[in-house]
Amino acid sequence: MSVIQLKVNGTTQTLTVPPMKRLLDVLREDLHLTGTKEGCGEGECGACAILFDNGSGPELVNSCLIPALQADNATLTTIEGLAPLLPASYSLLPALHPIQQCFLEQGGAQCGICTPGMVLATHHLLTQHPNPTPAQIKEGLSGNLCRCTGYMRIFESVKQAATASPSSITSH
Amino acid sequence: MHSDPTQYALTAPPTLAAVLAQLAQNPGLHTPIAGGTELMVALAAGRLTQKSILSINHLSELRFIHTTPEAIQIGANTTFTDIRRDPTIAVDLPLLIQSASWTGSIANQNRATLGGNICNASPAADTPPALLAYNATVKLISIEGTREIPYTGFHLGYKRTALRPTELLHSVTLPRIYATHQHFIRKVGTRNAQAISKTAIAAVALVEDQQITTIRIGAASLADRPVRCYATEAALQNASLAPAHIDRTLRAARAALASESHPIDDIRSTARYRAAVAANLLEQFLRSLVT
Repeated sequence: MSVIQLKVNGTTQTLTVPPMKRLLDVLREDLHLTGTKEGCGEGECGACAILFDNGSGPELVNSCLIPALQADNATLTTIEGLAPLLPASYSLLPALHPIQQCFLEQGGAQCGICTPGMVLATHHLLTQHPNPTPAQIKEGLSGNLCRCTGYMRIFESVKQAATASPSSITSH
Repeated sequence: MHSDPTQYALTAPPTLAAVLAQLAQNPGLHTPIAGGTELMVALAAGRLTQKSILSINHLSELRFIHTTPEAIQIGANTTFTDIRRDPTIAVDLPLLIQSASWTGSIANQNRATLGGNICNASPAADTPPALLAYNATVKLISIEGTREIPYTGFHLGYKRTALRPTELLHSVTLPRIYATHQHFIRKVGTRNAQAISKTAIAAVALVEDQQITTIRIGAASLADRPVRCYATEAALQNASLAPAHIDRTLRAARAALASESHPIDDIRSTARYRAAVAANLLEQFLRSLVT
């Protein structure tokens, strides 16, 4: 067993885990963050995608391919961490991140299994390309597979998110 | 199906020297893991037989791109995204950028390393054909020091490389001599992204007065390892691409390629398809030299 310390959605976690345990399983089982999904277990579907920073800035990665030990000292954002809760608000509803709001309005989700990965891939894309061309959208999401929507509404969601204010997209 | 992660030891010695000391102490016992985009797939599929793993992903000594006027030296831990973002590689070695861009997905490219791609040594790997066409050299490092060999001498058989059990790949060096060459690379797979190649060809050439004066061709999935197509190169050396001669040149090139191609049937494709498509890629390349 190894002791690892990592920052997940703003909170530092100290965990004792087998060093080869998949980061995906650490998130789901040890931290009970089940928003990150397993689709294929071999890094091809993107359902397990998270934002991962171990010194070079946050990057989109497939968490099913990262052994827990390599997450030591890393900073992670999962889908749960994307939308800040409304601070000191009278509303009991959590706020949606602008990207999530766009997916909602454009019908970018059906069963929802690909959606956390799609939303995080969109966030990563818009950080690199705030005004992406259709080709860049397709490439940015090419590692995320969807079996339900046929992708068109997902691309519309990304397009709409790109037209929202850039600072609101990537400041979170 | 899934392997039990508790059956594996994984440690991360803090420095390159510490890793090399471990490899020297117990040659063959440890398997290095960098980005994990290969070994973690093996783990999930229940076929990771090596039980003692050494993480080298954190070694910044191996993650660099050094440029001199003569050469570009790329550290083994350089990720595919690092390669895609480098402005010098973009100008000097476009085939490497192209091959990095169609390896896996962006999420994979952020983790996968050039060293892992080469050392895993799949005959279908994406960067070797470009590295072969560009005449790379590789530097290998152990506790005893370093040695450099031509990359053409690195792949010895199916997933077998010249790395000794005490060695790590340190870096890949490529010459900066291709400014006036024509470059070609094409990968054929089931889709435009996230596909392992059925076959791929990378080539550089110099053409003067419609005659090929320099040519180098690297290929994926035409043998048990990434290969240079030496017979094809020999058939094309000084060959004419003029309208009166190009058909003869193409016939000779196709015959030479067929003589040195030994593709197999596997889950991704058949030998017959690979041989036919590789020959078509070669023709596409040769025709592109005169357009």
